[in-house]
Amino acid sequence: MKTIVIVEHDNKVFKQTNLHVLTAAKQLNHEIDLFIIGYQCDEVVKQASHCAYIKKVLVADAQVYQHQLAENTAALIAEIAKNYDYILAPATTFGKNLLPRVAALMDVAMISDVIKIETADTFVRPTYAGNVLTTIKSEDAKKIISIRMTAFSAASAKETQSIPVEKISQIVPNTDSQFENQELTASSRPDLADARIVVSGGRGLKSAENFKLIEELADLLGAAVGASRAAVDAGFAPNDYQVGQTGKIVAPELYIAIGISGAIQHLAGMKDSKVIVAINNDPDAPIFQIADYGLVGDLFSSIQELRNELSKSLSH
Amino acid sequence: MKILVAVKRVLDYSTNIRLKADQSGVETQNVKMTINPFDEIAIEEAVRLKEKGIAKEIVVVSIGPTHCQETIRTGLAMGADSGILVETNDEIQPLGAANILRSLVEKENPNLFILGKQAVDSDNNQTGQMLAGLLNWPQGTFASKVLIENNKVHVTREIDGGLETLLLNLPAVITTDLRLNEPRYLSLPNIVQAKRKTIKIIPLKELNVDVTPRLKILKVSLPEKRRSGVKVADVKDLVNRLKNEARVI
Repeated sequence: MKTIVIVEHDNKVFKQTNLHVLTAAKQLNHEIDLFIIGYQCDEVVKQASHCAYIKKVLVADAQVYQHQLAENTAALIAEIAKNYDYILAPATTFGKNLLPRVAALMDVAMISDVIKIETADTFVRPTYAGNVLTTIKSEDAKKIISIRMTAFSAASAKETQSIPVEKISQIVPNTDSQFENQELTASSRPDLADARIVVSGGRGLKSAENFKLIEELADLLGAAVGASRAAVDAGFAPNDYQVGQTGKIVAPELYIAIGISGAIQHLAGMKDSKVIVAINNDPDAPIFQIADYGLVGDLFSSIQELRNELSKSLSH
Repeated sequence: MKILVAVKRVLDYSTNIRLKADQSGVETQNVKMTINPFDEIAIEEAVRLKEKGIAKEIVVVSIGPTHCQETIRTGLAMGADSGILVETNDEIQPLGAANILRSLVEKENPNLFILGKQAVDSDNNQTGQMLAGLLNWPQGTFASKVLIENNKVHVTREIDGGLETLLLNLPAVITTDLRLNEPRYLSLPNIVQAKRKTIKIIPLKELNVDVTPRLKILKVSLPEKRRSGVKVADVKDLVNRLKNEARVI
C-alpha cells in the first residue's frame, strides 16, 4: 500500500499545513511520497525533502502548473495517483478546491475534513458545523482524504536525510482557465491556522477603525488575528480572517474572543482551542458557555486595560 | 445564457440537532428544514445575472424526496424560471449528486452551473468541484465576485491568504461563498407567482445513474462538550490567571 500527499505551497514556501497531513499519513502506516506541482519550485522541493516519514518527492515543475489551477492540476494528480492507494491533502482552500475534482476523475467518494483515522478504511469527520461527529467507512478501493490540520500535530521538517526526487515530466495543458491576480493580505503576524495565540474580534467592535485595536493587541502578544463572520460581513476585517464553519478552523493554545457573541458557526471554528477567553458586554452571550475565562465588561476599556496589564506583565 | 442552480434541503442551522436513538444519523423528522444558505446565494447570483440581461433562463434543480419541491419553490420565488426535482428517497452522497447533475447538464445544456460551496448539514464541500471534473468544465470555487464578459467569466475566489481572481471559459461551474451577495427577501406576490411556475419531476431511476453510496455511515455521535469555565473579576484577574493558572502567556 502507498500514500501520496499533495503538497500545498506557493512555489517558494512549503506550507506548514503539509506537516499535519504527514502525521495523519504516518498513522496509515504505508510508504509515503510527497507530490509537488508548481513552477520554479526548487526551494519547495528542498524544504520538502527534510520532512519526516517520507520515501520520495515527486515534482512536476512546469509553467502550466504555476498557479495550480484545478483544471489541469487535478487531472495530473488523478493520473499519478493511479499508482497509490491513499491520496491525502490538507483541508484548506487549496485542498478543498483540488481534491474533490481529483476524486470525481478517479470515480472515488472523497472523505472531507478527517479528524481521526480509526482503521485503514474508517474515519471520523465533523458535520453540522462540528456539532455531530460522523464515523464513516469507505468502500472504495482507493481513499481520497482531506485532513483537518488542527486534529493532527505537525511532523518534523528538520530531518537530515537524502530523499530521492523524481521528476514528473507529464504536461497537462489548460486552455479553460487562467490566473488573473491575487490580493493577499500582507501581514507579519503568524499564520492564523497555526498560531499559538489568536485574538479575534466580532461585531461588537462596531467599526473597521476599532478593529485595529484587536490587531494591536494581537501584535503585543505575537498572535494571529481572527474575526467572526459578522465582523467580516460588516467590512471590519478581510475575508481571510474569518474563523468558523465556513472559514478557518483554528485550535491555538490561547483564543481570545472579543465582542463575539458565539454563534455555532463561529464556535465550529475555534472550540478545540486549549484555552478560550471571552470578553463581551452581554453577560448572556453564548460564547461564555464554552469560555474558560469570561470577562463581562465594556470592550474598549477592557482592551485598553488588557494592553496596559500585558505590557507590564510581558516586560517582566 | 442559461443557468442551472442546484439547491439542497437541509436542517435549519438554528435548530437544535438531535441524534437518532440508534446513532445511525441525525433526526430529520419534525424538525425545521430550509434551503442551504449557500444555495440561496447561488440563486441570487443567477437572478442578478438575469436582471442584468446576461442570463435568459434559470432552472433550479434539487435531488431528494418530494418535499424538496418547497426548496425549489424558494428559488422560483426569488426569480428562477422553472425547476427540476430528481426524486428519490435514497441517501445521495456528493459523488452521486455530481453524477446526477451531470446527466441533467446533458439534457439542459446550460452555459453556467452555480452551486453553494458546501451544504451546512454534511459540510463536505465537494459537489461543485466533482461536477466540474465530471464535465471537464473549468471551476471557480468559493466565489465572492462574478463578472461575465465576452463569453468568459471572471471569478474572484476567497482563498486562505486573501483573494484570487481567475478567468474561466464558459461553460463553467461556480460555487458560492458567503460574501458573493445578500439574497433578497421573498415578497408575497413573488411567492404567489412562483406557485404557477413548473417543477418537472424526474424519478431518479429514469436517469440511469449509479448513486450507490460508497461511504457507509457507521455511527454519529456528539462531540465532547466543553465545560464552561469561570467569570473573572477584572482584567487584572484575567491576566493573572492566564499567566499563573493556564500558563499560556
